[in-house]
Amino acid sequence: MPTGLRRNRQHTLHRFRIWLFLSPNGAPFRSCPMYPTLLLEQTLNGFTLGVMLFLLAAGLTLIFGVMDVINLAHGSLYMAGAFASAAITARTGSFAAGLLAGVVVGAAFALLLELALIRRLYTRAHLDQVLATFAVILIANETVKILFGPQPIFAAPPRSLSGSVELLPGVLYPAYRLAIIAAGLLAALFLWWLIGRTRLGMLIRAGTTHRQMVQALGVNIKALFAIVFAIGGALAGLAGAMAAPILAVQVGMGEQILILAFVVVVIGGLGSVRGAFLAALLVGLTDTMSRALLPWLMRDLLPPAAADQVAANLSSVAVYLLMAVVLALRPRGLFPAHG
Amino acid sequence: MRMTRRSILAATAALPGLWLARPALAQSEVVKIGMITTLSGPGAALGADIRDGFNLAVKHGGGKLGGVAVEVVVADDGLRPENGRAIAERMVRRERVQVLTGIVFSNVLLAVAPVVLPVATYVSANAGPSQLAGEGCHPNYFNVAWQNDNLHEAVGQYLTQRNVRRAFILAPNYPAGRDALTGFKRFYKGEVVAETYTRLDQLDYAAELATIRNASPEAVYIFLPGGLGINFIKQYAAAGLRGRLPLYGPGFSFDQDVLAAVGEDALGCFNSSQWALDLPNSANLTFVETFEREYGRLPSLYASQGFDAANLIGSALAATRGDVSDRAAFAAALKRADFASVRGAFRFGNNNHPIQTIYMREVVRDAKGRIVNRTIGVAFQDHQDAYAAQCRLG
Repeated sequence: MPTGLRRNRQHTLHRFRIWLFLSPNGAPFRSCPMYPTLLLEQTLNGFTLGVMLFLLAAGLTLIFGVMDVINLAHGSLYMAGAFASAAITARTGSFAAGLLAGVVVGAAFALLLELALIRRLYTRAHLDQVLATFAVILIANETVKILFGPQPIFAAPPRSLSGSVELLPGVLYPAYRLAIIAAGLLAALFLWWLIGRTRLGMLIRAGTTHRQMVQALGVNIKALFAIVFAIGGALAGLAGAMAAPILAVQVGMGEQILILAFVVVVIGGLGSVRGAFLAALLVGLTDTMSRALLPWLMRDLLPPAAADQVAANLSSVAVYLLMAVVLALRPRGLFPAHG
Repeated sequence: MRMTRRSILAATAALPGLWLARPALAQSEVVKIGMITTLSGPGAALGADIRDGFNLAVKHGGGKLGGVAVEVVVADDGLRPENGRAIAERMVRRERVQVLTGIVFSNVLLAVAPVVLPVATYVSANAGPSQLAGEGCHPNYFNVAWQNDNLHEAVGQYLTQRNVRRAFILAPNYPAGRDALTGFKRFYKGEVVAETYTRLDQLDYAAELATIRNASPEAVYIFLPGGLGINFIKQYAAAGLRGRLPLYGPGFSFDQDVLAAVGEDALGCFNSSQWALDLPNSANLTFVETFEREYGRLPSLYASQGFDAANLIGSALAATRGDVSDRAAFAAALKRADFASVRGAFRFGNNNHPIQTIYMREVVRDAKGRIVNRTIGVAFQDHQDAYAAQCRLG
């Protein structure tokens, strides 16, 4: 083996060890004091994306698990939340009002959708549901284009959260992103309480696993489904409202993130909120880490020009590779709800 | 299937044709200028600026360019090459338009060029793909803006001049993004710490920003068009990097359309351009003042290019007395570039692309509190593109 290649290999190994919190002599961090802080920062970045995906995926997976409906229009609820929050924030100057508007519009839009359309699709095949909800995407996009125009809107985070927080000496992190992570974790906690500790949650769990039995016991299944749909819509609206200041509020923003949300649902196991939470963080971290680490690792293996190109192409499929691996090991996802 | 698609295409092409047929019959001595540009979707602001800059020049002349009455026929390509091509076919075949301009994006231009160049003259007010600058240069094709690589090369050159040794460069993973970084590296002699390619639909750059901070370069160079750049610049500021680590880009990433959306987060960023608001020549002073009065906003470099395209065409119309049918004579008149460009000195090289000065600008707050670009230096004097030597035109 040529010495250059061998040296390269050793170098790569060395870097891997650092990422496992070990320097070559076994003492943590000593040789490369910068790396742990970078790792912390990238982990937080992964969590930001992760909790946003969770808010979307939780609704999707509940709707699928309880109602057995594939709702492609879930991204439109997210878009509606983003536009509502951007519009209300711009009008009132209050970010909190905007956030509330995002949640309310998300829930209201979902409820309307359920009453007017989805209700008629429960007994139909999945393909019919896909077709109908895809039509909703097209209608929602055109409506938003008419109301707000084709140009994206760039919203700003609230003044109180627009700065950076010094997490560790020398490690600045945007306050708004920390707020997103906190809000996402709170939403997850709320869902855990709702599903695990309340009567409504009991019905939702029962609806997922023993649908016929729930109906036979005289539960008002129509009302239950409407409530689940509204909860999903509220979460999607919240995600949209929180995403508005860091992404662009634009037509079609829902479809872009919906694909990732579906990946999360599949990895997590259909119908499982717990699975969705874990999978969302996993997908968020995988996407972020592959973008951050691959260029760096590739540079040790390949000449720089090729390395950057290969890393860019590889990191854009990393999430799907993760899905393939998970499905190969656990074909029903991490925590399948249907037993 | 093919029959129906053809007939639909023909029908859609014919509808606007009917609409425009009337004025053409009435005034035969009017020279028609076809403007194919992008007026919808994410690139709409660019096309609108080119159109408005062009129309301003026509308005200055009282409906004439170079003393010859003109009629500007505007059509929206929607950033779709196939749309651009269909419009071009309609214009040159049905409406007998012999002078065209306005295309914003290179992919549209490359689809349109084979239709237009054999039978008409094209003056590009923006897109400058390498395919039309080197071996594929054409006697009927003129670019009054730049060759695509030029502004990227300028920042590379400027950083080399300033002895910046470590640069982090970033662009989306698509042909224009890779060309941009190639252009930058052609003149940058320092070390490229990392050459990062992001997804074209990526709007969150948190991971890249953390990597940039960790790599601690001396400068960061980005080419992120439209909304991508707007997000990146805002997130760069939010991550606390603005003011600590200088951010560079081509003029497109920091021009008036972007500054309007980004606001003060762009203050202190540097960019390259062949034109600037504050260039002190008299043509530019008039242009900036009348543009703002007419449209209620500051012009961008796209607007300056539209304005220059109109005046260049005007100079050739004056020389040929409005006879655009003698293609060779019209091209020869264009090539003299006998007009007062708002960027100052301007001439064409052998491949009908500019030989021009490229400036460096800094984003500042001006005396009126507006966020604008101020010229701070020169990256290139009389710069010609890298492909000119491969062009066989005289």
